Amino acid sequence: MAKITLDNLAHSYLSNPTGEDDFALKELNHVWTDGEAYALLGSSGCGKSTLLNIISGLLHPSQGRILFDDKDVTQATTAARNIAQVFQFPVVYDTMTVRDNLAFPLRNRGEDPGYIAERVQKIAQMIGMEDVLNRRARGLTADAKQKISLGRGMVREDVNALLFDEPLTVIDPHMKWELRTQLKSLHHEFGHTMIYVTHDQTEALTFADKVVVMYDGRVVQIGTPQELFERPEHTFVGYFIGSPGMNVIPAEISGTQAVVNGTALTLQQNYGAPTGNVALGVRPEFVSLTKGNGLPVKVRRVEDVGRNKIVRADLFGKEINIVSPEGQEISPDMNHITFAPDHVNVYVNDWRQQGAVA
Amino acid sequence: MNKTVNQKAWFLVLPVLLLVAFSAVIPLMTVVNYSVQDTFGQNQFFWAGLEWFEEMLDSDRMWTALGRQLMFSGIILAIEVPLGIFVALNMPKSGFWSSFCLVLMSLPLLIPWNVVGTIWQIFGRVDIGLLGHTLDALGISYNYTQDTIAAWATIVVMDVWHWTSLVALLAFAGLKSIPDAYYQAAKIDQASRWAVFRFIELPKMAGVLMIAILLRFMDSFMIYTEPFVVTGGGPGNATTLLSIDLVKMALGQFDLGPAAAFSLMYFLVILLISWVFYTVMTTIDAKEG
Amino acid sequence: MALEFKNVSKVVNGETHIHPTNLTLEAGTMNVLLGPTSSGKTSLMRLMAGLDVPTGGQVFWDGTDVTGMRVQDRKVAMVYQQFINYPSMTVYDNIASPLRLMGKSKAEIDVGVKQAAALMQLEPMLDRKPLELSGGQQQRCALARALVKNAGLVLLDEPLANLDYKLREELRVEIPKIFEESGAVFVYATTEPEEALLLGGNTATMWEGRVTQFGPTPTVYRQPVDATTARVFSDPPMNFLDITKQGGTLTFGQGHTAPATGPLADLPDGIYIAGFRPNHVEIAQPADGAVTFDTRLSVTELTGSETFVHLDYADRKWVGLIHGVHDLKLGSALPVYLDPRHIYIFSVTGDLVAPASYALAA
Repeated sequence: MAKITLDNLAHSYLSNPTGEDDFALKELNHVWTDGEAYALLGSSGCGKSTLLNIISGLLHPSQGRILFDDKDVTQATTAARNIAQVFQFPVVYDTMTVRDNLAFPLRNRGEDPGYIAERVQKIAQMIGMEDVLNRRARGLTADAKQKISLGRGMVREDVNALLFDEPLTVIDPHMKWELRTQLKSLHHEFGHTMIYVTHDQTEALTFADKVVVMYDGRVVQIGTPQELFERPEHTFVGYFIGSPGMNVIPAEISGTQAVVNGTALTLQQNYGAPTGNVALGVRPEFVSLTKGNGLPVKVRRVEDVGRNKIVRADLFGKEINIVSPEGQEISPDMNHITFAPDHVNVYVNDWRQQGAVA
Repeated sequence: MNKTVNQKAWFLVLPVLLLVAFSAVIPLMTVVNYSVQDTFGQNQFFWAGLEWFEEMLDSDRMWTALGRQLMFSGIILAIEVPLGIFVALNMPKSGFWSSFCLVLMSLPLLIPWNVVGTIWQIFGRVDIGLLGHTLDALGISYNYTQDTIAAWATIVVMDVWHWTSLVALLAFAGLKSIPDAYYQAAKIDQASRWAVFRFIELPKMAGVLMIAILLRFMDSFMIYTEPFVVTGGGPGNATTLLSIDLVKMALGQFDLGPAAAFSLMYFLVILLISWVFYTVMTTIDAKEG
Repeated sequence: MALEFKNVSKVVNGETHIHPTNLTLEAGTMNVLLGPTSSGKTSLMRLMAGLDVPTGGQVFWDGTDVTGMRVQDRKVAMVYQQFINYPSMTVYDNIASPLRLMGKSKAEIDVGVKQAAALMQLEPMLDRKPLELSGGQQQRCALARALVKNAGLVLLDEPLANLDYKLREELRVEIPKIFEESGAVFVYATTEPEEALLLGGNTATMWEGRVTQFGPTPTVYRQPVDATTARVFSDPPMNFLDITKQGGTLTFGQGHTAPATGPLADLPDGIYIAGFRPNHVEIAQPADGAVTFDTRLSVTELTGSETFVHLDYADRKWVGLIHGVHDLKLGSALPVYLDPRHIYIFSVTGDLVAPASYALAA
């Protein structure tokens, strides 16, 4: 297990990058704690795969260093970094048995046969494949194959980090549950440093202690699932995490007062007099429909999604989403909204502002 | 799955059926016709029953030709398949040089058989051929018109030169279809170069290799033009392969009956061996599944 | 316009893919086929399209028997999970292709293409080739082609499954909006209960080649006719518990008892299976009358604003979905509460005996 340090790291696929736009991964400095589970979350093209490839050693960064436990591995090969990786599509050695697949990384390192047998047995038990150890890997289902890939990654006790590249893409939704749960408990049991790349928020938030949200080649926030939900540092985080995403409402702010299209609201903190693109960010979960209190809205549609209802409404010509609980009746005279005061964030040019005590 | 029923579809297949009838079925039936009759010229035929088949089965001549043929196919498969894989493994995977190699490799495949034969016939001549002359100058006794081993070596090398590309191209296509993730995983597992070949590349190439082997076997088993042009079946009968023998019999001696029986058996042998090949390989495949 | 299935079944090589099915899909409705992989969704769609001929039964379109009629002769459009476009044609030509096949005039084609492109927000990309588009745009192009055809029956087979999660969310909102105007019969296959709920309309839940229930989506969700439907229409799956009723008392787990109240009071004595949804499990003591279960917590999972708790109770494994983010100790005993209004009662064979009372009110 290792602590991972990203020092001044940046990467461009061009040989002579001129501006910041040429960088697929813009400069970043982070220290990732030993034994934590991190998820790199973002839509396609955000740089998350580039970052993963730099960590695994498939790609050498055009700038900066990467350190495992304070040892510089920037130029080290994949094999030398002593990492394990699970890919998007299950990679198994088709002609080998499940047992040989699991033993393969250990045999290549010349481990003692007794130790290998014992270790393989243990891993097989962990991934629940003891009864198929003697079967050939070919012809197994995708999720069984993916479990083998996972097992092969965990079979070495001394790996520095376990990397996952969207490992549940080809898995049936009903099996996703089981595999996700298994991954989580394996992490609790063994405390590997894990890095998990995905575009699926549920996968990321479920799996990780810390979620690294990436957008346009930049890390916009690293935080616990709770922080990402309650205090999105960037409007992209608010949009990307949560379903539906955060409502962004243009406003004018002065001190503790926000004015939305002529209607004033009181904020809990003092934000001074920000200029630029000023907006309030409120999650649909923290918006409530009322009969005359707050901002006027026009309800367009109510979608019953089982455990709650999604209300699509119109606020000064812009769509606003409201999540209301399962049992709540929505009557035609509910034409105003209020916000939960401690869940209103203020954004200037898309970045969250820290307010002062009012 | 049964699709929507539509009898009109039969009319669309009809032209193909007719074409196949004229190009394959009718000529084949003519051969069958010859094989059970005897003639003394003037278009007079007599019923001979299975006499020609019995005669051919008893003849040493056919068995030795068959033996020679099997040896030839065996040798060229043993050389071309590993060599083709080796070439494919060492070809650049992408970029200009990859395309360049592909074009270079397909060149021999584009040359007509008789031209290939002629090229090597001249190339190997001791008096004017580059190869023959060079070998002779180096003091190696080489004369494919008189020496059995030299004759065999010449037609084998010629076939390898002509057809290894096909195996290499097929193997290359198989290799290209392997996702990068496999190689990355192997690196992470610290697999040796041999292990990567044995456990990733070979299994993934198995399908196309099977096709390559089948194609090369059938083709080499029916080979005629090239060795005929180079050695004419000699020295003596040393390189008289099945097809050459057949032509000698049918056209050289005008023994139409035995030749027809011969070709039918030839045809059945190819069918049988190909079927065995196919079944063995698919069952191996299924067992591993 | 309506598509009607009368006792339609499909058997392939002695294997039943679709059991005899009766189904009527009305014009202008969104009909969701919900079920896990290989539950028969695609087989049913192929029968609807006319790609396959049913082994038994009849298919009616607008009251006319169309059983055995070729797909080319029906007015059907289909969109698949894979993004299927003609790679060598521009987006414009892709969308125009069905109109050209119909022999429309140039002007008509232009109007049709522009309209569909506007709805699908493809106007700036009309001159590009499909492979130069993002996945979402490629699928929009395929959807536009289906739309422009003006077919009476539009079949969508997991059209969003290969897209990024956020894109899926956006298209999911757009699709019903776009299609509800055209008045065709829409069929949408999905494996995800949440998608079915978001799409609304009607839902047919499928399990092992059978339509277990068909009706308005919220009704199927709240009032499932059997345990199978309830399990299919719940993600994570519904939790179950064996209970025995004797007199006025319920016995469950390891000798726990509770008084039978509400709808449970009227049930005859016997053995039942209780079912409840993960989101109705609570870890804080709720209103009076809640039943308490002493479970053991095996795993927790967090999704944004919610926590999934995986619980062991007797020999059953349960999942609870709790609002808020909770830091709970794994492996510890965790009492959870359940309001009896949220409990469905099924017979041991899985048929619904009593629906949850909250669902009747909703």
